[in-house]
Formats: sequence, C-alpha cells, structure tokens
Amino acid sequence: MRASESGPAIETENLTKEYPYGFLHLKKKTSLEGLTLRVETGEVFGFLGPNGAGKSTTIKLLMGLIFPTSGRARLLGKPTTDVAMHRHIGYLPEQPYFYDYLTAAEVLDYFAKFFDFTAQDRRERVQRMLKKVGLETAGKIQLRKYSKGMLQRVGLAQAILHDPPLVILDEPMSGLDPVGRREVRDIILELKRAGKTILFSTHILPDAEMLCDRVGVLVGGKLQGVGAPGDIVGIQAQGMEILFALTASQSGGAPLLAAATRIGDRYRLQVPDGEMYAALEQLREAGAKILSVSQIKPSLEEYFMHLVAADRAQATAIEVSGK
Amino acid sequence: MTHIGAVALNTFREAVRDRVLYNLVFFALLMIGAAILVGQISIGIEQIVIVSLGLSAISFIGLLMAVFIGVGLVSKEMDKRTIYALLAKPVRRWEFLVGKFAGLIFTLVVNTAAMSAGLFLALAYVKHGLQSADAGVLVAVYFILLKLSIVVALALLFSCSTTSLLSILYCAGLYLAGSFVQQMRTLRTDLMGNATATFMRWLSYLLPNFENFSVTGPVAHGVAIPGSLILQNTLYAAVYCTVILAVAAAVFSRRNLK
Amino acid sequence: MKAALTLSLVLLAGFAGIWHLQLNIDAQQAALHQDRNDVLLTSPKLLKVLSLEYAPLLADVYWTRAVQYYGEKHAAHDNNLDSLWPLLNIATTLDPQLLPAYRFGAMFLSEAPPRGAGRPDFAVELIQRGIRENPDYWRFYEDLGFIYYFDGKDYAKASAAFAEGARKPGAQVWMKVMAAKIAAEGESFETSAFLWRDIYQNTTDAEMKKNALAHLQLLSAQEDCRRLDALADEYEKREGRRATNLNQLVQAGLLQGVPVDPANFIYVIGDDGKVQLNPASPLWEKQKLFEKLK
Repeated sequence: MRASESGPAIETENLTKEYPYGFLHLKKKTSLEGLTLRVETGEVFGFLGPNGAGKSTTIKLLMGLIFPTSGRARLLGKPTTDVAMHRHIGYLPEQPYFYDYLTAAEVLDYFAKFFDFTAQDRRERVQRMLKKVGLETAGKIQLRKYSKGMLQRVGLAQAILHDPPLVILDEPMSGLDPVGRREVRDIILELKRAGKTILFSTHILPDAEMLCDRVGVLVGGKLQGVGAPGDIVGIQAQGMEILFALTASQSGGAPLLAAATRIGDRYRLQVPDGEMYAALEQLREAGAKILSVSQIKPSLEEYFMHLVAADRAQATAIEVSGK
Repeated sequence: MTHIGAVALNTFREAVRDRVLYNLVFFALLMIGAAILVGQISIGIEQIVIVSLGLSAISFIGLLMAVFIGVGLVSKEMDKRTIYALLAKPVRRWEFLVGKFAGLIFTLVVNTAAMSAGLFLALAYVKHGLQSADAGVLVAVYFILLKLSIVVALALLFSCSTTSLLSILYCAGLYLAGSFVQQMRTLRTDLMGNATATFMRWLSYLLPNFENFSVTGPVAHGVAIPGSLILQNTLYAAVYCTVILAVAAAVFSRRNLK
Repeated sequence: MKAALTLSLVLLAGFAGIWHLQLNIDAQQAALHQDRNDVLLTSPKLLKVLSLEYAPLLADVYWTRAVQYYGEKHAAHDNNLDSLWPLLNIATTLDPQLLPAYRFGAMFLSEAPPRGAGRPDFAVELIQRGIRENPDYWRFYEDLGFIYYFDGKDYAKASAAFAEGARKPGAQVWMKVMAAKIAAEGESFETSAFLWRDIYQNTTDAEMKKNALAHLQLLSAQEDCRRLDALADEYEKREGRRATNLNQLVQAGLLQGVPVDPANFIYVIGDDGKVQLNPASPLWEKQKLFEKLK
C-alpha cells in the first residue's frame, strides 16, 4: 500500500474533542475545538501552544489513540482508523515510557516485529538506530536504569526505526539538556533533508523558529494562527537595526548619533525601512564601522504571549459572566 | 512472527523477568514436604493425599497468577503509558488483546507443566513407581488449565475496563459464583417464584461453570476420565473464551486512552 | 453498526454453544461422580486449623451445604444420606455455636430413612457436643430427650435428659412434667404429640417444620384409629360381627358422623377389621414410609 503522494500528509477537518466530566458526566470540557489543518508532504510543521492547549490531544487523535467527538482526520490520505497505515508513520509519545524490564535493543527489536522485516533486517535496523541516537553502548542495559534523556532517545529511535515518510513527535525536546536538544534538532533536520514530513509539538519557541517551515499555534483548544514563523506574526517589520562602532576621532552624523543607543563602544540605531540606505551612507561618511544590519520584528514569543493573554482574558470573561 | 505472537512472547518475557516463576520454588517445597510427611502419617492413601494436595496447589497457584497478572495485562500498560508507542504500530487493538491473552496462557502452561513434573516426582516417590492409571493426573492438570483460561479471559476483560482493585474483586466474585453454579441448578425451585426460578436457571448456564473441570476425586482414586468429557470441556473453554475476548475487543476498541 | 451486529451474533452463537455443551458436560460429570457431594477434607480439626479466622464463615458454608445436600437427596428420592454427618460434624466443629445445625442434625440424623440418615448414635454425639459447647441452651436437652424417646426408645435416658434440661435457665415448665410423664408411662400419644407440636411451633427451619407437621398428622391419625378401633370393638360386642365401614358405627349410634383424618379423608375399616387411613389419603403414602411409628 503506497502512501498517497499527491495529497497532504496530514489533513484534519473540524476536529473536535470533548471530555465529559462531573456528576453523571453532564459537564463537558472541550480540549480541542474545530481544528482544520493541512500539513503538506515534505514540510516540517511545528505545533505550538502552552501546556494544556490541546497539542497532545490533537496528536493522539491523529494516531488513533483517542477518538474525536466530531470531525475527521486523514493521514497520508487514509482515515486515522486505518491501523495498517501506521506502517508509514512514526510516533513519539510525550513522556515516553517503555517496558522497563527490557533493554533498549530489546524494545526496539520488539517494536520492529510489527513491521514484517526479516530477522536480519530487524537486527541491522536496531543497531543502526541505537547508533543514530547515541545509545549503542547502553543497548544492553535495562530501561529501568535509563535517565529521562536516554528514554527520550529510545523514543525517537523507535519512531524512525521503520523509515516512515511521516513522523509525528510529541514534545521531542522535553527533558533534554542543550546537547540532547541539539542532537534531536540535527536528527529532525536530517529527516527533513531526506524528504520526510514531520509534525512536532513543542512549547520551546526558538526550536520552532529554527526548524519549522510552518507553525500552528494552539491556544485553549483553538487554532489561532498558521503560517511560516516569520509570517505568522503578521505585523509589519518595524524597520531596521544598525549596529556600528565609532572611533573617538570620528564625528559627524551627529543627529544619527544622538538617536543611537550606546553600549560600550558600540552603537545601536533603529531606522525606518525606507531610510536605511540614507543612514548607512551617513555613517559611512562619518567613518563608522558597520557591524550588522538586521530587520526588527516582534518575536514569536511576544506574539505567543499576546495570544495566551487574550485567551485567558476570554476565559475569565466567560467565567465571570457565568456562561 | 505474527503480531499476536510478538505481543504474546513479550508478555511471557515480562512474567519471567518479574520473577513470577519463583512460585515454583514454593510449590517444590510443598510437594517435597508432603511426600516426606505422608509416608509417616497415613497408610494406603498416599496417592490420594499427594494427588489432591498437588492438584489443589496447582489450581490455587495458577488461579493467583491468572487473576493478579491477568488484571494488569492491559491496565498496567495503560497506567505506565507503554501502550501508546505500541498501538502506534500497525497492530490492531484486538491483536494486542489476543496476544496478551496468549502470553499469559503460555506462562501458565509453562508454570503448570513444571508443577506437574514435580507432582509426578512426588507421586513416584511415595508409590515407588508410576502406573498408567496415573495419567489421569495429566487430564486433571489439563482441566485446570482450561479453567484458568476462562479466568484469564475474564481478568483481561476487566483489565480493559476498570481499575486493578475492582478487577480483582470481580474476578474473585465470578470465580466463586462459577464454583457454585452447580448448586444453582438444584436449588429448591419449588420454594421460589416462577420468574426467579427461570432467572436462576438461565444464570446458572450463562455463568462460567468451573465445576465442569473438577475431577480431583475420580483422578485421586485412579478412575479414568472419558475422552468425550475432555472434548466437551475443551470446546466449552474455547467457546467461552472466544465470547469473553470478543466482548473485551469490542470494549477496548472504542476506549479513549488517557 | 456492523461491529455491533457482529458482536451480537458472536454472543448469541457463543452462549447457545455454551448452553449445549454444558448439558453434555453435566451428563458426563454425573456419571463420573457417583456421589457429587464428596466431602474430600473430612478432618474437622484440620479444617479448623486451615480456616484461620474464617472458621465461622466456613462453618456457614458447610451448614448450607448440609441443608442443600439434604434437599437434593430428598428431591431425588435418594435414601443415602451418608454425607450428612460429616458435613454437620465439620460445621459444628468450625463453629460450635451454630445452634441451628445441631437441631437440624438431631432431627435428620436420627430419623430412619428416607426422612433421615438413620443414625441416632451420630445424632446423640452431635447434641452432646452442642451441650458441651452451649451448656445453658436448654433446647438441646429437649432434642436429646427427643432422640432417646423416638429413635432410641430408651425412656430412662429420655426422662433424664428432660429432667436435666428443666434445670437450665429459660427452660419451660413442661420439661419437668415431660420428664416425669416419660419416667412413668414411657411412650404415649400425648407425649409424642406434645413434642412434635413443640418442634413445629418453635422451629424456623422449613424442612424441620414440614417434618414435624407430617409426624403430627400421622400421630393424630394413629390415635384416631386407635380410638375408632375401640369403638369398633364395642360394635362387635353389640352386633356380634365386625363392622366393615364406619357408617355402620354411625348408624349404631356409636359415632356422630364419619370422622376424617387431618387431610380430610374419611377413615375406613381394612380387611383385617381394624380402622385405618383411607388409601386415597395422602397420609396413606406417608404412613407407609413411617413404619416405625406403628
């Protein structure tokens, strides 16, 4: 069964998940509301949102671990209930736990058995994966002795063991130190270069900015925005920032200097977009040494915080109004 | 290896690494003690004592394993979150269940076989040799395994749907009920109303009847068990387990994994 | 929807199969176990040790089994009540204060088959344990006296038992009277009737009540026959021949009307000239089973 190559890798349509709770299950908690989303083949898509926003819920719905209250989802063109499709999907659960009485090699071997490889092929893949995630030496130790970071690596290994075209990772960086995070980033980039489609969720924004072609921001169960990390902010760039140095003997360009902020022997100057070249010319005449020129735009983080605050305000308003 | 086989093998491996099989040490000690003591205490009934004691112990230990491991088969994987990565593989939920069932049954078979060997050794010791009539003990052991398979199926069903403590209680309750089902048929139906009597009768057929599998008395006295009973009991266990597993699969396939 | 349908079919087919198989298995197992009620662990002391603090619970289980056993055997018209004594023995060893078990045992162990096991010796042993463990329960003396009177026909011991029991707290006055009466007369209709009536009125056990009623009815019938025989003898004296039915006695002015037995059937005169129960009466069958009472 070949995965559909023409359509999107992931496609959801009004996906909703409600949890009944309380006495007689009369009340409902909506953890995901009307999610409509497309992830194209070959892209790296980041799923952002604060804790409890519904990212994990979405991913579990995609993997068929929980069932939607309404709406539909398709992976590689097939509905999420098609278990055979899992042949082509790799999944890393959040906070992965595996059978602590098995070693890493045994766990990988066990999972590999579900993919109809030959025994030889299985052995090779397991060894390759252990090496890839840096666990070759720890392969014979029981998982109960592993640190969180090591478990995370095992999780990653079992997700890509069968070389799937679509990889879904739930918080792949969680619990990792900077070295670990760097390694995971590298693996994700490697997968991307190999043409895989990757969906991962995180609440670490710099990682998303660095890796993703597009991101989707989920707050309070609702999708607030989708697009390239740069585009999504949706606010015009606020100009350019020029970093330069001046030797004491140089002078001139006084009005510019006055507008600049001084940090030690460097100056930082913000100018509107259209005036950039004029400012550069002035600085050149003043003999300044240009260190860098970069675009000012609000960071993803600021955008994010703004969305979260808006959502919280709305939630409070609803509570107060007693709806 | 099939998906069911893979899950089954892993279930067996878990039992071994959880040191479940150490119960065999206890059983061995029990049999040795009994074999030595019985020679001193009673004359002429060594066979009856060893066989009764051995079969009771095999049944009891097997029951403990079936219930306590059984109720954790699914719930443990859900609690420990190990089930997420597994169900993300191309394996159907019912394959997972059947694999778990098969794995525990296999564990019980291995455990019971070892205990039976011990029983025969003790028997050979007190009787100074074995006769062909003693093969009846194998039939009794086989029946115990059939009985345990039904208990495992029930434990698995509860494991899919409720917490461990409740599962244990339900299993124990059903086991007790199933042991007294025979009595339900001979209750004084003339003393109850018609509706109650009919209800009791239906219930007595629907509940698992574990007394079908009890042949300790005849076996201890060296009576042969007819082949037709062996066949009927095998079919009974097979059909009953299939029904329970079908219900378990239905329940589990719609379960939201939290 | 399709899944629900498949599941329903599997369940239906499955349970139909189970039902069918169970019927076959029942037949096989019945053949294999001649006596379904194997009491495998027959050592009460061992059981008491094994049962730890669950002894009273286990006692109840065995007591229930005893009652069920009795009921099953009765329903199957099976006279073999061999397992009754072991079951009651175990029950009362596990819980020596299980009063109803002693009373039940006293009645049904001592009575002759088919109503009982026909072992008054076991019954006496049981009651004596009951007395040992519950020395102030006066009714056990009534039961002991009962066994000696009815099944042992040992009036001296019976009287002694009643006398002893009369001294216990809460004992009713009639115990003393009974002791004296039995010492003086041995078996008599009034004594027998009184004892059975006392059991009938005071027991809550359904089986015991049924049994007592049956005995009372037969006793009453027996007494009626005895009195009617006396009248028949009188008739013979007057008329010089034996009456053939009780109407003749009515015509002779010896009776007001033809009396009926407790089941409302008239008495008849048998071929031997003695008054007897009407063969159409349900009591007739019962009496055949109670030959001892003649």
